[in-house]
Amino acid sequence: MTTQNTPAVRLGGVTKDFGRVHAVRGIDLEIEPGEMVAFLGPNGAGKTTTIDMILGLSRPTTGDVEVLGMQPRQAIARGLVAAVMQTGGLLKDLTVRETVQYTASLFADTKPVDEVLESAGITGIADRRVAKCSGGEQQRLRFAMALLSDPALLLLDEPTTGMDVEGRRSFWSAIREDAQQGRSVLFATHYLEEADQYADRIILISNGLVVADGTGSEIKALATGRVVRATLRDADTDTLAAIGGVDTVEVRGEQIYVHAKDSDAVARYLLNETGARDLEIVARGLEDAFLSLTGRTDTDAETGNSQTDDPTTNHETEGALR
Amino acid sequence: MSAIQGIDPTARRVPPMGGFNLTVLRIEMRRMMRNRRTIIFALIFPAVMFLVFGSGDQGAEKVGDGNVSAYVMVSMALYGGALIAAATGAGVAVERALGWSRQLRLTPLHPTVYILIKAFVALVMGAVAITAVNVVGLIKGDPQMPTDTWIYCALATMACVMTFAALGVFAGYVVPGENVMQILGPGLALLSFLGGLFIPLSQYSGTVRDIAYWSPMYGVAEVARAPLTHELPWYAIVNAVGWFAIFVLGAAWRMSKDTARV
Repeated sequence: MTTQNTPAVRLGGVTKDFGRVHAVRGIDLEIEPGEMVAFLGPNGAGKTTTIDMILGLSRPTTGDVEVLGMQPRQAIARGLVAAVMQTGGLLKDLTVRETVQYTASLFADTKPVDEVLESAGITGIADRRVAKCSGGEQQRLRFAMALLSDPALLLLDEPTTGMDVEGRRSFWSAIREDAQQGRSVLFATHYLEEADQYADRIILISNGLVVADGTGSEIKALATGRVVRATLRDADTDTLAAIGGVDTVEVRGEQIYVHAKDSDAVARYLLNETGARDLEIVARGLEDAFLSLTGRTDTDAETGNSQTDDPTTNHETEGALR
Repeated sequence: MSAIQGIDPTARRVPPMGGFNLTVLRIEMRRMMRNRRTIIFALIFPAVMFLVFGSGDQGAEKVGDGNVSAYVMVSMALYGGALIAAATGAGVAVERALGWSRQLRLTPLHPTVYILIKAFVALVMGAVAITAVNVVGLIKGDPQMPTDTWIYCALATMACVMTFAALGVFAGYVVPGENVMQILGPGLALLSFLGGLFIPLSQYSGTVRDIAYWSPMYGVAEVARAPLTHELPWYAIVNAVGWFAIFVLGAAWRMSKDTARV
């Protein structure tokens, strides 16, 4: 069958500008059928913008987007793509059942409404007005709506925001089970832990670019080593980079940050051979790996050096990572 | 077996007519009927107004093919229809604010079909409001006009309420939030006074009358009553067509401005 080799999602050189803001600056990626992929990155990294383009809600400035070998709108029209929004997207004056019936009536083929209500666990509240449903019940309703058309690709934008630990766990086990049936799942999150635990593959996005792409353990491997920070004017970055075990060298004003597996060698060089002072060695945790890969260090955060693709939601990214 | 078990993209179909279907219409109607405020102001209030102003001795006076009572009945039906159509139109912007439009964009429903559904709902709800006043008139027995005149008036009124469906969409975008009807309700009542729905224009001073000729309710009111009165000044037609065009263009302009992020 031809579908066997068709990726669920294919982005080729995709960019998206909003006026002078470059929200997405060139993303190439393919997602295979049945893959469970996390889009990880701070708010404003371009996650939502990218998801909007996959959903056909907006067009890329350049490059092309294909979903199951089709244009996004064609895939949507066939019920092949579904998405669950974080908030909103419901009419308060409809009942739960009417909402599902309304949505179902718009597709050519759907699963029976009662079956979908049952599997989402909302049969008991089917005749309740949406306005009277709790946040959790509304979220289950959104899932019922998304799964109505039996989509081949499911997109989730920050799906577990506001859920407790238990809710999050049962949510993800349901989604995982679903992915094993062959459905591709792409979810955006800024929880590193969540991405690591539930995704087969993590795509790390920062400033509209893919900065890392791999399994959870591959991403975590990036977090090994330590950071040596020191105050040093006119640092010789070439010599520093040449020291064994040095990964990266960053200079910010008079501050230098050297990411290295052998921090002792770096410290010895800096103190013996240069005028470096105020030296500090810090172990790198997952958050540091994430922050350094996404270019969001404390100094950046202070200067507010970030682009935002959705000014209405500006969560504390750093807070969420801890 | 393909890699996507049970999901074969090539087997999927696109719904006919851009997703238009009767289930959506039925649910949309039910939503409107559920809105108590709409029911009171669009169905009950105009009927009461008709009973107050359209019956009694002065209602028997002759107007065109019929009597004053019939004239008042057509006017009140237009008011009720206009109000309910405006409420339907205003729903478009409210649904957008709630993220429902974005949700619908993730279904096969074509945006144009969505607007057509809303227009259709406005038309049918307008017909319900017009029918409500007409049924009260029929039961009361005061309005007198030939049956065909009665039907033509009702049909002309239905066409006229579409102007206010467009106004509702426009106003909904200009005044965001769910409270747009709190402005549209009194606003339409004011326009109805000015346009001669509640009080005959002859009662006004010359200056007010000159303003009234330019107001949005005047033209459609003349059109709706034309089958009865057999009077339709050219400037009333210009008024009716002009305001319809203004509201439709205004609604289209606001909507197109608003599609950057669905």
